[in-house]
Amino acid sequence: MIAHTDAAGTAGGRGAPAEPAVRITGLTKGFGGQPVFTDFDLTVPRGERLAILGASGCGKSTLLRCIAGLEAPQAGTIAVAGEVGFVFQEPRLFPWLTVEKNVDFAARDAVERSRIGEVLALVGLTAARTKLPKELSGGMAQRATLARTLVRKPDLILLDEPLAALDALRRLELRAALREIVAASDATAILVTHDVDEAIDLGTRYLVFERAEGGVRASEPAAHNAGAPETLRKRLLAALGVKSA
Amino acid sequence: MTLILPGLLVMTWFALTASGAVKPYQFASPQAVWAEFGQLAASGALWVNLGASIERVAFGFAAALVLAVGLGALVGTSRLAERLIDPTLQAVRAVPSLAWVPLILLWLGIGETAKITLIAIGAFFPIYVSLASGIRNVDRKLIDVARVLGVRGPALALRVLVPAALPQLLIGARIGLTQAWLFLVAAELLASTKGLGFLLTEGQQISRTDEILVAVLLFALCGKLSETGMRRIERRLVAWTDTLPAS
Ligand SMILES: Nc1ncnc2c1ncn2[C@@H]1O[C@H](COP(=O)(O)OP(=O)(O)OP(=O)(O)O)[C@@H](O)[C@H]1O
Ligand SMILES: [Mg+2]
Repeated sequence: MIAHTDAAGTAGGRGAPAEPAVRITGLTKGFGGQPVFTDFDLTVPRGERLAILGASGCGKSTLLRCIAGLEAPQAGTIAVAGEVGFVFQEPRLFPWLTVEKNVDFAARDAVERSRIGEVLALVGLTAARTKLPKELSGGMAQRATLARTLVRKPDLILLDEPLAALDALRRLELRAALREIVAASDATAILVTHDVDEAIDLGTRYLVFERAEGGVRASEPAAHNAGAPETLRKRLLAALGVKSA
Repeated sequence: MTLILPGLLVMTWFALTASGAVKPYQFASPQAVWAEFGQLAASGALWVNLGASIERVAFGFAAALVLAVGLGALVGTSRLAERLIDPTLQAVRAVPSLAWVPLILLWLGIGETAKITLIAIGAFFPIYVSLASGIRNVDRKLIDVARVLGVRGPALALRVLVPAALPQLLIGARIGLTQAWLFLVAAELLASTKGLGFLLTEGQQISRTDEILVAVLLFALCGKLSETGMRRIERRLVAWTDTLPAS
């Protein structure tokens, strides 16, 4: 059961001390008898930037999809406070709409529509706003998706390997943009990534997923401010089973 | 380039008829066909018959388009509608459409309604089938984007499914229009007092191959023009596709 409780009221709701951004209790979810999550708990306080690392196929996307309501859990509850935005691994723009119209797709009212220009400027796509998705580079397309997500000012942003499809240079570029944008908003973010440096750069808390017999085992090998970034990096890599140089 | 082959064909045609190898009652010469064309045009008979045929195709195709878009969108978007409607339509589709002719004649007589209905039946299925399958094959990833944004139900159909399936719909419509011309001939050969098909039967009855050939050439021209027109519309409406829709 997923309870998408709206942040008490609208504008003032965020100030409320109240509930965390996400509270997952007893989540059980599997596919074809194979458990991915068994009795899984996770609480993400408001304003946190949670980075989730883990091997391919361990269940990171499944978790985000459950939180977004795209998958139904077999058991457990997921309580999400407020508006949820989802940035997928690939851009997923509507190919028949221009960049601007793609962003407009997410706008529900005059207030959100009036914000379109602002979010396009934020992601650096003002000049490309009348272009069709087929005319965009991978990085531009992913920026456009980001703008589409931001136009609703989500309280929670789910990012599923948002930089994975980009080449190394765009990746660094968009990573910096992402860091600024997320920091500027007061949204909570959950970022899934394969890249330890990306996690350290964007996250304030780190969770490492490991696929185990009965479902995902999550560990927190290091806290955000546990010493130098290099120590953090070593610990995360070790938790991922990688021998760091 | 495209005119090389037709040019060669006309030259061969000219040579065969001028040399007497082919008799006029078998196949009229190009000059005779051209003269007949001029005469039909001058008497106004050409325009009456051409106009009647175009009107029938237009009405039949329009009816098919409206019905097929409605039913195709319904079946493509709703599993329930698919289970209720699609098997029946597929069974109807399996009947060679010309087999409906006797029934249509019994129900609707030999008037305009019968002809337009037959044309509509011919044009309906390609449109319906492409739209329904186009919608069913819309990328699930795009649907997920819409679902996360809370867009579902009729809004999902209108804002995501139908636009995404538009290239398929237009391909179906192009094939449907070709079918419409095919069924027009069938309808007009059965019973008609005007139309290109009427020119065909009249030409046959009075043994005038020039008149038959005028009608045949006009069919070719109309078919080609509507095909080209549909392709233009496709190119304009679905300019967003990364590849032009295949034929
Ligand atoms: N719709 C589905 N049907 C069947 N199995 C699925 C489905 N979605 C996910 N799975 C399975 O659930 C497991 C977790 O998948 P998930 O996509 O969440 O992994 P991931 O951690 O995101 O991997 P990656 O890093 O490769 O994206 C995998 O074994 C996958 O095969
Ligand atoms: Mg994944």
